[in-house]
Amino acid sequence: MPVRDYLRERFFPHMWCPGCGHGTVLNALLRAVEKLGLDKNDIVMVSGIGCSARISGYVDFHTMHTLHGRALAFATGVKMSRPELTVLVPMGDGDALAIGGNHFLHAARRNIDMTAIIMNNRIYGMTGGQFSPLTGYGCFGTTAPYGNVDHDFDVVELSTAAGATFVARSTTYHVIELADIIKKAITHKGFSVVEVLSQCPTNFGRRNQLGSAVEMLETYKKQTVPLNSKAAQDAPDKIRRGIFVEKERPEYSNEYKKMIRTATGES
Amino acid sequence: MAKTRLVFSGSGGQGVITAGIIIAETAVLHEGLNAVQTQSYGAEARGGATRSDVIISDAPIYFPKVVQPNILVCLTQTAYTKYVPSLRPGGLLITDTRWVSIEKTVDARRFELPLTDTVSEKIGNSVVLNIAMLGAVVRLTEVVSPDAVKKVIKNRVPKDYLELNETAFDVGFDLAKKNQT
Amino acid sequence: MSRHLKFVQGNVACAEAALYAGLEFFAGYPITPSSEIAEFMAKRLPQSGGKFIQMEDEIASICAIIGASLTGRKVMTATSGPGFSLMQEALGYAVMTEIPCVIVNVQRGGPSTGLPTHVSQGDVNQARYGTHGEHAIVALTASTHQDIFAITVDAFNFAETYRTPVILLLDETTGHLRERLDVPKKDEIATVGRLKTSVQQGVDYHPYLPREDGRLPMSDFGGAHRYNVTGLFHDMWGFPTESPKIVYGLIRHLVDKIEHNADQMTRWKEYYTDDAPTVLISYGAASRSALHLVENRRKRGEKLGLLELQTLWPFPHALVREKCRHARAVVVVEMNMGQVLQQVKLAVDQPEKVFLANRIDGELITPTDIQNIIHVIQGKGV
Repeated sequence: MPVRDYLRERFFPHMWCPGCGHGTVLNALLRAVEKLGLDKNDIVMVSGIGCSARISGYVDFHTMHTLHGRALAFATGVKMSRPELTVLVPMGDGDALAIGGNHFLHAARRNIDMTAIIMNNRIYGMTGGQFSPLTGYGCFGTTAPYGNVDHDFDVVELSTAAGATFVARSTTYHVIELADIIKKAITHKGFSVVEVLSQCPTNFGRRNQLGSAVEMLETYKKQTVPLNSKAAQDAPDKIRRGIFVEKERPEYSNEYKKMIRTATGES
Repeated sequence: MAKTRLVFSGSGGQGVITAGIIIAETAVLHEGLNAVQTQSYGAEARGGATRSDVIISDAPIYFPKVVQPNILVCLTQTAYTKYVPSLRPGGLLITDTRWVSIEKTVDARRFELPLTDTVSEKIGNSVVLNIAMLGAVVRLTEVVSPDAVKKVIKNRVPKDYLELNETAFDVGFDLAKKNQT
Repeated sequence: MSRHLKFVQGNVACAEAALYAGLEFFAGYPITPSSEIAEFMAKRLPQSGGKFIQMEDEIASICAIIGASLTGRKVMTATSGPGFSLMQEALGYAVMTEIPCVIVNVQRGGPSTGLPTHVSQGDVNQARYGTHGEHAIVALTASTHQDIFAITVDAFNFAETYRTPVILLLDETTGHLRERLDVPKKDEIATVGRLKTSVQQGVDYHPYLPREDGRLPMSDFGGAHRYNVTGLFHDMWGFPTESPKIVYGLIRHLVDKIEHNADQMTRWKEYYTDDAPTVLISYGAASRSALHLVENRRKRGEKLGLLELQTLWPFPHALVREKCRHARAVVVVEMNMGQVLQQVKLAVDQPEKVFLANRIDGELITPTDIQNIIHVIQGKGV
């Protein structure tokens, strides 16, 4: 099926700014879905609030645009009820890790089978450039006019500690790698986290002198290295990309099915 | 029948709440009566005086709390001191001789029963004190039949503890009978 | 003895009724005095193939049930004051997206942590106005286990019929007290199932285009139709819009579907209101005390009447007006500072004849408390 068939063209043009990385994430996501040959009717996308969350409107799946930070909680209800469905949860960095931080930790702890895609642009874009939990120390935002004194999370370490059984990171520069990682994340049985560094030239780039969208993409190219590569050995300070965690642990919906068998005396 | 208002009081862990539930459940499930049961919750229930209120009646029961019990059971001195002033004149007061010393005369039929001592002596397991107490209450009030109570006990108690509980009930029942004049 | 006769807590009566009504999914977070409902569901739902999940907080709980409802399940959560406060934003989401769900609030003393193990009826206005923005809501209550059972089934029926969240306002007293419950036989009380769309796969389905009768048939997530659900104002496709015309139309629809069907949802009981110069109006646990007093005074020839409200929202103003028309005094008995009193004053012809008998100290109002107030009103002194 052509990738175009996964889009709701009725709802275009999209509302993202020129140069925004989120369209690239949408692109990689749809290519992953297409490669997996998934039926559109079997996919539910649940998003929260923010620029990232608008992605759910553009895709021709069962889509739910919910509350700021709560996407994973809504998605948990969907997945518990219909475990056979593929559940995708795109979130922004503030959405997933500030207001939604607790839901994120607990979804990972439960290891419920869904794919969380954290579109990390290091800023609250839709509300106009306030700093997020991933903005980082020393960076600027409208609520950090003197430079941010908040430290940021490391999404990979956080997800790993919380119990996610698939944890990966990529960027909007590495589109083919990103599509491949998302594909693996969807296939993985358990809670999968994919952090995508996604540029926001309008609100993060501009306030932090990072240049145009193209320059920001080039920075992703220069400042990241594949995990366990020669390049990584040579550059210990650069950001690692790739799959950090991929392991088996009992999945929540499956375990619940077993519990039902116990409760009904079938096993 | 008139409304029977019972208050079982003691300290947390003595099982007065369970005893209240059992007698009320017996009235509803086996005697065709109405009954309501309420209890004190929270910090109150974890130490200090615990109480379980039961009203049994053949008429509908609306206001569910017991303001003035006509049957009061006190298994600790604290509970006795706290609740005895609320006992209706001419009511029935049951206390445990091990834990409660009656300080002043009250206008009540008084039964000072060696429940704890008898349970220790005859059963050797004080965990069923509440069931022995229930046996005594059933004997003295006749508000529900002993056989019906035993049906409820059978339903609520794990099989391995059933005999222990049934014996405790009989011990309390017989103790009260012996003390009736 | 009837196989269906039980001696249980009010929370359990509510939970039994939810299963009777067809509950399939429950998400909750422990909180006194509602936890018995979650404990019941944890045990019983898996036995019938349903699902129970203990979430990380009350926000997550209500979000999870909304998600599950979209897949075609009947859903419920239960909480108390602090948890109900946390749920308000998602409650508004369920209103806006018209997703059926039942939210039980077993009321305790507040504000804040307040009195976890003591009774209150302080959340009547929160149920109505707690979530932001203009909207209508359904909130029900009951005072006996038999009525809690029936009203819980009603809650599910209204949720499905009108595609709305329905709030069940129980209270600590009725939630915790144990009494008789005769579980109705199957089909003895009608239950309303999910209204599913008849639009076939491949034909355009408009998720937010009401039928002629105002009802909105649903298509399950995972089913034949893929559509968008959003808490933003949305068009018939479920897609965000800021068109003033569509915004106006949607807000009217959300309010009108409840207000125009208020009569269908008005539940009440009345005792001796025909000839009573003094009519008590009460609900929930407080109405047990009111009825106790009314029955006692009647035996002594005093003509007291009682109107027991079970539907609190939409408030039955017309009913109250009619039942109080001939009363010389109306006494609202409740355990707050007059939340229903305000509505009764709006409803009656002479608001100056409406009085309050209340308690706000965590104790169940007693028949004597009410009697004392009536004495004052009647000018007899206490």
